[in-house]
Amino acid sequence: MKKTFQILIALVMVFLMSCNNSNQTAADASSTEASSDAGQANVKDDASMKDIVKVAVGSPDHTTLISALKQADLVDVLANPGPFTVFAPTNEAFNKLPKGTLDDLMKTEKKTDLQNILQYHVTTSSLKADYFKDGQTIGMVNGDNITVSVKDGKVTLNGSANIVASVQASNGMVHIIDAVLLPPAKK
Amino acid sequence: MNKLSKLTAIAAVVTVVGFFSCKPRGAQSVVGGDAAQKTYVAPGKYDEFYDFVSGGFSGQMSVYGLPSGRLFRVIPVFSVDPEKGYGYSEETKAMLNTSHGYVPWDDLHHIALSETNGIQDGRWVFGNGNNTPRIARVDLKTFRTAEILEIPNSAGNHSSPFITENSEYVVAGTRFSVPLDNTNGDVPINTYKQNFKGTVSFIHVDTSGRMNIAFQIQTPGVNFDLARAGKAKSHGWVFFSCYNSEKANTLLEVNASQRDKDFIMCVNWKKAEEYVKAGKAEKRTVAYAHNVYNETTHSATSEIEKEVLVLDPKNCPDMVYFMPCPKSPHGCDTDPSGEYIVGSGKLAAVIPVFSFTKIQKAIADKNFDGDYDGIPVLKYEAVLHGEVQKPGLGPLHTEFDADGNAYTSFFVSSEIVKWRVSDLKVLDRVPTYYSVGHLSVPGGPTRKPWGKYVIAYNKITKDRYLPTGPELAQSAQLYDISGEKMKLLLDFPTIGEPHYAEAIPANLIMKNSQKIFRIEDNQNPFAAKGDANARVERKGNEVHAYITAIRSHFTPDNIEGVKLGDVVYFHVTNLEQDWDIPHGFAVKGANNAELLIMPGETQTLAWKPDRIGVFPIYCTDFCSALHQEMQGYVRVSAPGSNVPITFSTGKNEPTGPIAQNK
Repeated sequence: MKKTFQILIALVMVFLMSCNNSNQTAADASSTEASSDAGQANVKDDASMKDIVKVAVGSPDHTTLISALKQADLVDVLANPGPFTVFAPTNEAFNKLPKGTLDDLMKTEKKTDLQNILQYHVTTSSLKADYFKDGQTIGMVNGDNITVSVKDGKVTLNGSANIVASVQASNGMVHIIDAVLLPPAKK
Repeated sequence: MNKLSKLTAIAAVVTVVGFFSCKPRGAQSVVGGDAAQKTYVAPGKYDEFYDFVSGGFSGQMSVYGLPSGRLFRVIPVFSVDPEKGYGYSEETKAMLNTSHGYVPWDDLHHIALSETNGIQDGRWVFGNGNNTPRIARVDLKTFRTAEILEIPNSAGNHSSPFITENSEYVVAGTRFSVPLDNTNGDVPINTYKQNFKGTVSFIHVDTSGRMNIAFQIQTPGVNFDLARAGKAKSHGWVFFSCYNSEKANTLLEVNASQRDKDFIMCVNWKKAEEYVKAGKAEKRTVAYAHNVYNETTHSATSEIEKEVLVLDPKNCPDMVYFMPCPKSPHGCDTDPSGEYIVGSGKLAAVIPVFSFTKIQKAIADKNFDGDYDGIPVLKYEAVLHGEVQKPGLGPLHTEFDADGNAYTSFFVSSEIVKWRVSDLKVLDRVPTYYSVGHLSVPGGPTRKPWGKYVIAYNKITKDRYLPTGPELAQSAQLYDISGEKMKLLLDFPTIGEPHYAEAIPANLIMKNSQKIFRIEDNQNPFAAKGDANARVERKGNEVHAYITAIRSHFTPDNIEGVKLGDVVYFHVTNLEQDWDIPHGFAVKGANNAELLIMPGETQTLAWKPDRIGVFPIYCTDFCSALHQEMQGYVRVSAPGSNVPITFSTGKNEPTGPIAQNK
């Protein structure tokens, strides 16, 4: 009887597994090449104007920014319809930070701090250079504000970072700046 | 009971339990256990086929994915579509122009995908307007209606738009015979036999897709139902099924079913071309609209054409033959080899299959059974390959796979029957739920069927879905035909009433799909290519607002100086150059619809304000995080007002004292 029971168990297992198997292999019936699951930044599209991510990736002066955006999981965000204005510090601007600051921020445990800094460079609206006015404050994605000063047509942010060039992207504006903006210390 | 038999019994019980637990239950048990696996297309994965499905009385064409049955798009063709502004915007109204004026609805029954060498090529898909005779061409780069051509001398363009194997022609046979357009139509209806004529039209398609009516053939006053072009060896011929050879003009239900046999009309169109070239065609004065949408000006134009060439078989021997076909034939389908023509008499007990080789021999031997209105009738037995005996009740349509099998739909017995073309043997049958009309195999009407599935398009769904009151969805049902037995995999509701549909491998279309319209190519005369060109101008009682749209504002978004009695034309240009970023445009109280403007495109909404006040405008398509901020105002003043035209964005700052609480 014990043997019978074992056989019974075995049979039940076979049927359970055969059911499971059919579920597991029910992955999909598609045979055409699949779209990517990797997020909006990876959409294959050579027809559209470049989005902010593609503009930054295409700039040899922004390799540090791109690495930082990747580390902070912000690449797909900036391929979203937005619209965004991104103040994009150059590699040189990052180099001006105190030694070790960036390496420290790139550590996994500092991801939140890195996100905070990078989000302080983004606002959710598309602002062309001629929109900026002296004394204006702009609310950034991280929740803090920056202050704009305009003197003789030259735009400076927080009194320290100058806009050196502006690029229109499909989903907003990229203003290249020569210093990293540091959010105010947490209260 | 010995140990062994006990074990067997237990095993049997377990087997039964296991069987039931794996199998779907209830009415669904006709579905194969692996149906889910075969139709599941995981999120982010693509379907294998596009399926272009006629919308019937919706007037539109829908696009599904197979095998998932997911709906991707409804392409507006013959009916207005307020969602897309189709037929409402100034640019698209002309698409629905006809010799009867603006006709904002039709009944789209049949689909024809363009072909090269008898193989689907993915350039265009054609559809017929059944009510006010028209043929539309949809461009498969943009999935938009590119052209609509009205058919003169026609009434009920049902036998249409069937295509030849190099897309030389799409054909259009009239369902209703009528007094032709250039004759006096004010005749008693019961003079049908004297005064009513049929026509079939051959519409030439050039390499750009542009259609023109090359010639028509005037025929006896029968009803044309469906058609198929020959292919391979029978290329150069088109076969039209026709009923009402009795020429009844009332109660056709009874009076058009008197004769044992009606006809399939065989047309040698290469011969017809020779007659046209030889000047045998009569030029007749008619009027029909020819509407073309231009993707550079983003506008349609409509022209009324005035002439058509008509061939009369009386003056053109060897061009047209009638082939007897039992009992009111409906479907008339040619197999992939081009040798066999299958007629489906709606009321017939057999399916006759005709042989092209035998047709040619009967013609050569003049093996005729008299004539019908002067057109030779081929002897039935001389052209018959054979009959499928007792296949089912109410045969309608037949499609083919690449292995010599045919699949015929049966409306009355609600089933699909698979049979072999060579020996006419019935191989398998499956029920449909319920009352199937058309059916389709991917590539089924071509020289190269892709096979794999047959899809039934059902008229009746009664208890198949959650009930939605008296009006129920119609349905498509997908069957696996890769094995010997057909297996039901899936059903899904459809848009309108599906008649014919054609499926095509996705890779023949998706690589050509357009993403944006380039703004520098925009030749719409009302385009504002950049904010610097945005403006508002008065021209008498017309106010033209040239507006740009880009995330997330309109330029201008404050407009003043409109007066009651003006007509305001909002010419909105979407400046985006980014895939999948349309902007919408709507104004409160407009008596038409919204605009939905693709990247790089300009569309115009005409608005006649009906009262004084301030009217909001806004973007209707969730374009961006600040979509809800994408809005503006139009001020409408009294007729005699001296408020000047002004317009701006971001400049019209608040003025005057701000009320304060004291």
